[in-house]
Amino acid sequence: MEMDTNLALLLVLTPFLGFLINVFFGKSLGKTVSGAIGTVAVAISFIVSVLLFNQITSTGKAIEVTLFDWIQISNLKINLGFLLDQLSVLWLLFVTGIGSLIHLYSISYMHDDENIHKFFSYLNLFIFFMITLVIGSNLLVLFIGWEGVGLCSYLLIGFWHKNQDYNDAAKKAFIMNRIGDLGLLIGIFLLGYYCNTLDYKLMYESIHYRATLSDESFTIIPLAALCLFIGACGKSAQIPLYTWLPDAMAGPTPVSALIHAATMVTAGIFMVTRLNFVFDLAHDVQNVIAIIGAITSLVAATIGLVQTDIKKVLAYSTVSQLGLMFLALGFGAYEVAVFHVITHAFFKACLFLGSGSVIHGLHGEQDMRKMGGLRKAMPITFWTMMISSLAISGVPFFSGFFSKDEILMTAFHHSIPLYVVGSVASIMTAFYMFRLMFLTFFKEFRGTEEQKHHLHESGSLITIPLIILAILATFGGLISLPGNSWLNEYLAPLFTKAAGEEHHLGTTEYTLMGVAVVGGLLGILIAYIKYFKQDNVPESDENITGVAKVLYNKYYVDEAYNAIFVQPINALSKFFRDYIETGLSALVFGLGKVTNKIAFQGRRLQSGSIGLYLFVFVLGMCAIISYIFLAQ
Amino acid sequence: MDNILNQIGIENYIFLSVVLFCIGIFGVLYRRNAIIVFMSIEIMLNAVNLLFVAFSTYHQDAQGQVFVFFSMAVAAAEVAVGLAILVSIFRNLGSISIDNLKNLKG
Repeated sequence: MEMDTNLALLLVLTPFLGFLINVFFGKSLGKTVSGAIGTVAVAISFIVSVLLFNQITSTGKAIEVTLFDWIQISNLKINLGFLLDQLSVLWLLFVTGIGSLIHLYSISYMHDDENIHKFFSYLNLFIFFMITLVIGSNLLVLFIGWEGVGLCSYLLIGFWHKNQDYNDAAKKAFIMNRIGDLGLLIGIFLLGYYCNTLDYKLMYESIHYRATLSDESFTIIPLAALCLFIGACGKSAQIPLYTWLPDAMAGPTPVSALIHAATMVTAGIFMVTRLNFVFDLAHDVQNVIAIIGAITSLVAATIGLVQTDIKKVLAYSTVSQLGLMFLALGFGAYEVAVFHVITHAFFKACLFLGSGSVIHGLHGEQDMRKMGGLRKAMPITFWTMMISSLAISGVPFFSGFFSKDEILMTAFHHSIPLYVVGSVASIMTAFYMFRLMFLTFFKEFRGTEEQKHHLHESGSLITIPLIILAILATFGGLISLPGNSWLNEYLAPLFTKAAGEEHHLGTTEYTLMGVAVVGGLLGILIAYIKYFKQDNVPESDENITGVAKVLYNKYYVDEAYNAIFVQPINALSKFFRDYIETGLSALVFGLGKVTNKIAFQGRRLQSGSIGLYLFVFVLGMCAIISYIFLAQ
Repeated sequence: MDNILNQIGIENYIFLSVVLFCIGIFGVLYRRNAIIVFMSIEIMLNAVNLLFVAFSTYHQDAQGQVFVFFSMAVAAAEVAVGLAILVSIFRNLGSISIDNLKNLKG
């Protein structure tokens, strides 16, 4: 028990220590040392995660660590404790694993930045909060982590804070997340009110006990589930709160890979999976989740079709994939969603890091129209990104094939329309990913001569993480093969029902697989014809017309939000400033002025002539005495 | 208590008090020397004290006399402070005429 506590503390506190060192001494340590400290701190956490994972797979029992009683109000008791079970350890593995790789990558990627120590301190802080979020034993600890990663996301999106656009993007991300967080907080309050505890295990027992009573107050559960889902929408970029994620690409590319693709944005899925016993009791909310997930997936995919910024394409792809995960969550197929979270973390991190490598090689160019032909100059980047693109497109035997297929299969068994929506989104995914690949790596280079001259493969600190991630993206699917899923068995203790319905591999399943594969290949083929055979290059901004223009401008959602929410609030603020505040200050200052005037006149009474004072004093005395006598 | 009060009569004490008090008031109002003003105040104070004692005897009640003790103690303290102020004024201005104190105005 003592041992477990120490391990858990080591796990959490090493990144925090890394953060402290980098924040206070980073500048004097030098760039490489600062980066090395950040990387080692996360790597230690990763090793601890592996140890914990071993322990849990061998004993099959969750590790519970209670540090101390935190809050105690009447009979509501909240501990600061950790729950290391199958789910949280799985999350830890890829958070710290991919985290270490991305730290390693950042040493090289951020080397020219003068504030590199700040960058690493934020990254470490992020890992610290993410671990807190994942291993907390109750919702309040989760909430701390939840807010913490939001803060780090804000800091890192606005890392290059001299650019006002980037600052705006950071603020947008923060504010959008706050809207979601309010939902989460209300959800936590409702659950706390209903269960009288925030601890997951106690909550589970309480809810199942009270569900049997079927009293009136049970309606709180769907309400709480809906509020929690709003929180998840904010963090995991679902409609209507998704617009911050594409803008978040303003941050350095490693940040996009770590926070906005692999880890933080999956926090919403983690939370829903963690509270599966709540969502299982709220079927209407589950339907809402599935529908929102499917719509998000489709909408983001369509926008991704025409984007020209390499990171924006990946960002919309992330939103779209997250939508697919929520689709699975909505059907109660939690293990399927978790599976896709993991494979997605691998290939999307790889894609982002690859795009970072490209951007690095082109000295900051992100527009795909000015790329092309990079295959020869950057072979490692090309091949790793190719593998990941195949994975995300669902080409057989790469990891994405298995996870996406399971989601679509689940959808097919529950709702045909949503299955169709998900499939269309998948085909689009294949198309825009290969559009990205063809535009970036094939044909002739379209940039300037000078850039062409400097084209080179990135250093080994960049390519090694890419290679590792590409290997994971290839073989990651093995953890959950259809019909023989290690992952489903591993996660089984978490779920109330028997680990989803195991699909028997019948004709339907093979047909569905076939359809998915053909769809994916179709998408790739269209991209091949359009951008390789016909050698199309997307038009420059002003020449885009028709539907493409709507898509290119992201359905004008930002503009709509601006008109519906931002402008009225600004107008209201202006009204308050111009009228209400002016009125109030006139009142307050007026009172002050009147007092001042009176005092100025009264000052003259103090003439300094003592004789006069005495005279007035006697006069007053006489007046008082005569009043007393005359009044009687 | 067949004493002097009965022989003289309470009303004479009241007259004396009033006269003393008025002397004090006029002294305060007309004199310019701060020490004289001070003395006039003391006269007013003692006029009141006298009245206190007279009524105390008249009503056969010792409370009035007790109160006079307090009043005299406070007066002594006040005189000590007041004279100290006067001394410092004299050192600064070389005079104790209250007309010289006009620069006390706010």
